[in-house]
Amino acid sequence: MDLTIAGILALDGLTNGAIYALLALATVLVFAVTRVIFIPQGEFVAFGALTLAMLQGGMVPGTVWFLLVLAGAVTLADLLHGLRHRHPAGRMLKQALRTLAWPVAVSVIAVWAAPKGLPLLAQAVLTVALVTPFGPLIYRLAYESLADASVLVLLIVSVGVHFALVGLGLFFFGAEGFRNPSFWNERLSFAGLTLSGQAVIIFVASLALIVGLWLFFEKSLAGKALRATAVNRLGARLMGISSSSAGRLSFTMAAFIGALSGLLIGPTTTVFYDSGFLIGLKGFVAAVFAGLASYPLALVGALGVGLLESFGSFWASAYKEVIVFGSILPVLLWRSLRDPHVEDH
Amino acid sequence: MSRTIDGAADSAAPAARRRPAALTMRFAFPAFAALMLVLPALPVPDFWITQSIYIGLYAIVALGLVLLTGVAGLTSFGQAAFVGVGAYTAAYLATTSGASPWLTLLLGVALAVAAAVLLGLITLRMSGHYLPLATIAWGLALNYTMANMEWLGKYDGILGIPSLVLFGVDLGTGRGLHPLVWAIALLAALAALRLLDSRPGRAIRAVKNGSTMAEAMGISTFRYKLTVFVIAAFLAAVSGWLFAHFQRSVSPSPFGINKGIEYLFMAVLGGVGHVWGAFLGSAVVRLVEDKLQVLLPQLIGTSGNFETIVFGIVLVVVLKYAPDGLWSFVGRWFPAPPRSKDWGSAPPLPQRAKPARGERLLEVDAVRKLFGGLVAVNDVSFELHSGDIVALIGPNGAGKSTLFNLVTGVLPLSGGAVRWRGQAIAGQPSRAIARLGISRTFQHVKMIPEMTVLENVALGGYGRTKSGVLQAVLRLDRAEERQLFAEAERQLARIGMAEQMHELAGNLPLGPQRLMEIARALATDPALLLLDEPAAGLRHHEKQALAAVLRQLKAEGMSLLLVEHDMDFVMGLADRVVVMEFGTRLIEGTPAEVQASPEVRAAYLGTEH
Repeated sequence: MDLTIAGILALDGLTNGAIYALLALATVLVFAVTRVIFIPQGEFVAFGALTLAMLQGGMVPGTVWFLLVLAGAVTLADLLHGLRHRHPAGRMLKQALRTLAWPVAVSVIAVWAAPKGLPLLAQAVLTVALVTPFGPLIYRLAYESLADASVLVLLIVSVGVHFALVGLGLFFFGAEGFRNPSFWNERLSFAGLTLSGQAVIIFVASLALIVGLWLFFEKSLAGKALRATAVNRLGARLMGISSSSAGRLSFTMAAFIGALSGLLIGPTTTVFYDSGFLIGLKGFVAAVFAGLASYPLALVGALGVGLLESFGSFWASAYKEVIVFGSILPVLLWRSLRDPHVEDH
Repeated sequence: MSRTIDGAADSAAPAARRRPAALTMRFAFPAFAALMLVLPALPVPDFWITQSIYIGLYAIVALGLVLLTGVAGLTSFGQAAFVGVGAYTAAYLATTSGASPWLTLLLGVALAVAAAVLLGLITLRMSGHYLPLATIAWGLALNYTMANMEWLGKYDGILGIPSLVLFGVDLGTGRGLHPLVWAIALLAALAALRLLDSRPGRAIRAVKNGSTMAEAMGISTFRYKLTVFVIAAFLAAVSGWLFAHFQRSVSPSPFGINKGIEYLFMAVLGGVGHVWGAFLGSAVVRLVEDKLQVLLPQLIGTSGNFETIVFGIVLVVVLKYAPDGLWSFVGRWFPAPPRSKDWGSAPPLPQRAKPARGERLLEVDAVRKLFGGLVAVNDVSFELHSGDIVALIGPNGAGKSTLFNLVTGVLPLSGGAVRWRGQAIAGQPSRAIARLGISRTFQHVKMIPEMTVLENVALGGYGRTKSGVLQAVLRLDRAEERQLFAEAERQLARIGMAEQMHELAGNLPLGPQRLMEIARALATDPALLLLDEPAAGLRHHEKQALAAVLRQLKAEGMSLLLVEHDMDFVMGLADRVVVMEFGTRLIEGTPAEVQASPEVRAAYLGTEH
């Protein structure tokens, strides 16, 4: 291996690492706020990439029907709950409207816009608008009523959600894989290295999102409320921060980050309905590196995973997944030596 | 709320606690076992024999998950990978070298156990969710390894595995193999039932609700977590060995992460807290999966693994609405009779030599504890002599419970020393301190609600007994168990609770639960008893009963250190009182001296400025 190859591999690894970083941040965020180890984070990535691909093809993306089914299920669950507890009809109606408004509106737009062949950027925005509401809807269906369950139960629920989402993904998107067009086809050369426009976009978008997240947590009231919930759920609740709205917000952000990652990764690889799992798990390895707690460590870990993957695929391409997932063992060993106390639950 | 996996909510659901029962064992189990063993001889179509073999194979794996998830409160998504280790070892050795199936079984199990030990050593010292995360990574990594190794046949796997020939009999792949699969599955179930009703079994149950109480009873929680994970891997590898000879071919896909999740689904659906839940879950999943794989693609119009949608949704729904699984509905038909009392003539457990009256037992010497910048305990010193009752009092937040945790090794010291009969004990783990003869109760009762009072108290005798997993499975531990239960009953009688010994601990009111904790602590044969707010939340007559019990213990020569808020309770009981405020020792003296002290009044009632 000479320096040029090393440079190409490093750049490749960092590009993927930037996407894993976003997913790792989302994983840490969701775990800190809700104690949910959100295995299906990667599903949002696949859904984002596939939605854009179908819009590109002039088709109404399966996401639309998927979203309407989810929103309908949540409305139904709310309705049953309301009937059982004899809530007034007005309140139930308002709740149903609040649940349905966004999904229905964005679905109508998507059905209208799909055959129009809108510019790529508009389709990207529509994709994010379609995938983001999956987060809060999934939270409400699967997790909200289990908010006081143990981490273990929530983890098993996550695995169930992953199973259901992958199966539904197959139903709504089909088994076919898609590769999206680049957002920017420019190739930039410097110092013997070629940087694709897409890589530049990935770096810029990731950086912008990380800065945005930082500003959100440091400056905004909602961000501070999430941090408060992460530190002490009960204390935050006593200060008037509802843990379920904190949960919904964190899942919304996770889905947004996932959809965006899907847009970014779409042009670099062929995405199938079940591709999200492996992509998400790589973000996961990074999040575990960070002890599911530290954002900066998650970032470092994600870039490490990206580099490990690209160099691994150069040396032993068949074993790159083995290398990436095997690397979690030394990471866990390091963590257990660093922080050996056993937590009581 | 999830009752079976979350121990905390257990006390709410009496209907769910059906333990392996003598009645079930006497009639239902032999009948079921006999049926499964002779099933191939009956005119049952081949299709059902095949299904039944699959159910047996799955149940062996799910059984490991019941022990791991339902009993120990851990979980694994990588069990399918352990099955794969067993299957690939058998397949590779049988096709390349024609090795004896006994040898391939031994090697497959050894490999799986080695992998489990490695994963466990790395993850089990940390919070419970690191093990399942590591098993996901292990499952994926192993699956990709199988799929890429030239000598393992890559994605095609290994074909042409011979059928099992044991003792010169070719078992084939259908009716001949069925009795072997089910004999192993039933033996595994029997072993699991025996394990759960034994010293190591109670230790594994204790692990589920956090480590503090278990460690205070002298149990190494790490060792038992590792043990139960290894048992689960062992069972999975045995199932894999059978699987290879049943299918006569192996390929990577049945050992992937999805299958690993499916095994967990079987255990959760069947009832993750029940041995028979593993069998019920395996049967339901196998039979329903078979139907769904035909039905759903027809319904939808394209082929694909749509059954995962149903499994995923059902998994979430079960955890939400029926966390005890399907077995809790079936188990009602097999009620558990009370434990028959067979320990009447058991010889007593050996006791430690008790310290002489007046000996200096415990020295707390300038003990200090910092939490970040906060000084929670600030150079506190006092002594406790054998036969005395010393009370530690002070307003909320004075650092009393922290001091307790420092003495019992739950928290490390920031400075100072704790000496037990002249020996420094600070820095030792709490289970080692417990074994020296210091036993404790907790401010918030810590118990195993789904075990009886007697079994909870028997947990205290853990450190005085020796039986391990093997003795429990082979029932070589019965003499010791009788001694242990005799001791537990004796301690319950000592505090006046012998009547309630067969009740489930979770069904007791708070007062008796606190008394039960004292009996459990007494069952450790302590020289010093530490009681953390024993009277908190008790009604007036319960407090009087408790005071009488403590006086009686003192009369029998026991030494006590108690943290308490209730002044009436303390003043009538203690020989010496140590008053703490804001982490420092305010005063130490007899109850009369303390009551007369203006500083104490100021601390409790405030001062005039």
